[in-house]
Amino acid sequence: MIKAINELGSNVLASIEQIGRTFNLLVIIAWKLTQPPYQIYPIIKQMYFIGARSLTVIIISGVTIGMVLGLQFYNTLERFGSVGVLGSAVALSIIRELGPVMTALMVVGRAGSAICAELGIMRISEQVDALECMAIAPDKYLVAPKLVAGILSVPLLNFVFNVVAIGGGYYVGVVLFGMAEGSYINGMIDSVVWSDVRLGLMKSLIFGMLITLICCAKGFYLHLSEHGSKGAEGVSRVTTDAVVISSIAVLFCDFLIGAVMS
Amino acid sequence: MDTATTNAIEIRDLVVDFGSRRILENISFDIHQGEIMVIMGGSGAGKSTLLRCLLGLKAPTSGHIHMLGTDICHATKTDLYKMREKMGVAFQGGALFTSMSVAENIQLPLREHTNLDENTIQIMTRIKLDMVNMLPHENLMPSELSGGMTKRAALARAIIMDPKLLFFDEPSAGLDPITSAELDELIIKLKKSMKMTIVVVTHELESVFAIADRIAILGDRELIQIGTPHEIKASCDKRVIDLLNRTPRESIVDSDAHLKRLTRNAQS
Repeated sequence: MIKAINELGSNVLASIEQIGRTFNLLVIIAWKLTQPPYQIYPIIKQMYFIGARSLTVIIISGVTIGMVLGLQFYNTLERFGSVGVLGSAVALSIIRELGPVMTALMVVGRAGSAICAELGIMRISEQVDALECMAIAPDKYLVAPKLVAGILSVPLLNFVFNVVAIGGGYYVGVVLFGMAEGSYINGMIDSVVWSDVRLGLMKSLIFGMLITLICCAKGFYLHLSEHGSKGAEGVSRVTTDAVVISSIAVLFCDFLIGAVMS
Repeated sequence: MDTATTNAIEIRDLVVDFGSRRILENISFDIHQGEIMVIMGGSGAGKSTLLRCLLGLKAPTSGHIHMLGTDICHATKTDLYKMREKMGVAFQGGALFTSMSVAENIQLPLREHTNLDENTIQIMTRIKLDMVNMLPHENLMPSELSGGMTKRAALARAIIMDPKLLFFDEPSAGLDPITSAELDELIIKLKKSMKMTIVVVTHELESVFAIADRIAILGDRELIQIGTPHEIKASCDKRVIDLLNRTPRESIVDSDAHLKRLTRNAQS
């Protein structure tokens, strides 16, 4: 019993330490980003990796989710004779909730895991130490471009997701079920207001920062974690942790932001 | 004699703990400017820990390390980075960046710390690559290099900024005898041509006596002996003699007796 309490206590302390370390990294990077030399090219390179190379998965998942939403809403609304609000229902669901959340989860799965694994491998193969010894700050050189790219890319990917998902809903409602085109589009335009777009944008900015920060911190501080001495196994464990924690953080923050801004 | 001008590194009363485990205890010695100092010792003797302290990657529990006049144990991050611009490090596994070619790896410190034009960077890269016989392989990726080529590329990166101090971690580890001998020649050539102070951490005896001006032997958490290769060979310390003669531990020599002792201990 005492052993279990001890273990619980040490796990809680380790978690608090990790959270502190992660936010400390954010503050350090925010400060270092204001100092020259500015890392423009590495940021563009990372935006290509996080953003452009995630486009396929974002488009496929966006279309699919839009079509599923269109189908489910159409069947439900038809029972109440309210098919005319299908455009509004799909657009609001996508823009306010599903767009930012699904985009973030897709980016975690595709790019976040890769970022964490890359930094973890760099840590265990002494590449991070090599940077330190070359008097190149590894947090600024390795983490900062990824963090900035994440913050910029996720809202852009979210925009793409929203467009294709609304298109997917349109295809189901208008093309498959024969709903009036004007009804779908006008309903959407009438119901979506600036505050909905702002909420979605805010969420995707915060999610972008959160997921890249967690994934970067997990890989970058691999040597300080309990898996630090486990080599390749350690990298795989922290990568799994990074994906799970980022996903949970996205869902939890989604609720928090929604509660605060609604 | 003014030690500040002749000692590149001064280590004083260095103590390093990992948790409750003591790794190094009261290590004190000097590394003179322009010499090749080899730090050797058996596995677990604390060589790598000492190297990490010298590189400023591990903060000691207590003690001081003065490197070119800077106390790196108590220096600010800015001072430490300034100090590191004067040193080069070749890691055991090379630590080359896998997403960059050999040439790009070598150019990295120049691009980060200087405002040299592209042409000068290319020329400097080619000069250093030529010094380590890697010029024909400048466009290869690290994954395409052999063990010896990786170490030579890492060495080229370490010397690209013409450092005053060069640290080399296990240069011969995992290499065949010919490549290892070539690397030893290269280290001696670098010392002569670039007048660097070189610190090599290794346990390869052939390499040690081929390159060392002085040798520091670590064992049982402490500095056992320091001296020229001649002095080390003439040492009367049993631990040094065992290390040089590659005497196996008792448990390996008389495994039956060792097993009996272990069994007896377990039964009691």
